Amino acid sequence: MFEAVAFYLFAFLTISMFFIVVTSSQALYALTALAAGMIFISAFFFILGADFLGAIQIIVYTGAVMALYAFGMMFFDTTRAVKEKQGNKFLVVGMSTIAAVLIVLIFSAPMLSTNITALYPSVGDIGNTQEVGMVLFTKYLIPFELAAVMLLVAMISGIVLAGKKMDASLTLMNAQEIAEMKNETIKKALS
Amino acid sequence: MEIGLNHYLVLSSILFAIGLVGVMRRKNLLLLFFATEILLNSVNIAFAAISHYYGDLTGQMFAFFVIAIAASEVAVGLGLLIVWYKRHGSIDLDNLATMKG
Repeated sequence: MFEAVAFYLFAFLTISMFFIVVTSSQALYALTALAAGMIFISAFFFILGADFLGAIQIIVYTGAVMALYAFGMMFFDTTRAVKEKQGNKFLVVGMSTIAAVLIVLIFSAPMLSTNITALYPSVGDIGNTQEVGMVLFTKYLIPFELAAVMLLVAMISGIVLAGKKMDASLTLMNAQEIAEMKNETIKKALS
Repeated sequence: MEIGLNHYLVLSSILFAIGLVGVMRRKNLLLLFFATEILLNSVNIAFAAISHYYGDLTGQMFAFFVIAIAASEVAVGLGLLIVWYKRHGSIDLDNLATMKG
């Protein structure tokens, strides 16, 4: 009973938050709605008994990813209203077809896969975090290490890409210096 | 009323459709990134639900790796966006058509 109430409440909240994300014309509203939706999604993980995944969802998405987006938004001109795309019928038709096929597949998949058995069945009497640790560090150790290397590569590339020209502050320079710097970079990019 | 696997899969497909709508109608690249986050999160819900209802931890493992990939995608993508914005002064998709034949 409580599970059903919680499911429908959080489903409504998540769908409305993500609807705001894709329809709002203000980037800041979209960012805050996305952060709220991420927290509401972690509620589903707690309902499903995946406690560790829920905690990771809150820490990584609303802690790290949202902070990165907020940091990135400081660079962009996000105060003006966002213009929407017009036309491009092929993309709309193609994406709608993909969505329709996806929904049909989702409804037909449980009928086709009635005889699926668990590959790594959960033990039950220990906590979710311990179970996750046992499976992650035995069966999925190599993907785990690869994910660590990938995160390191992403961190270094983020620093290298965003850290260019960090020594020149755009707020302290006057308009002429900024124009000179822009011309210089355009020349450098064309050469 | 019992909440089954189908409830979660329907919710996941609804969220995925919302994300696809976002990918279709957004022109600003930052908001396009938001839409891809919605796509990844909807798939995570489906993974966790399947993991719960089949008593198998593989779904949760995949959700962890999806989260790791999303985090690194954001780091690299935002770095590239910042470089593009410094060079061209806008992050609209229409200005990105430099390879048009």
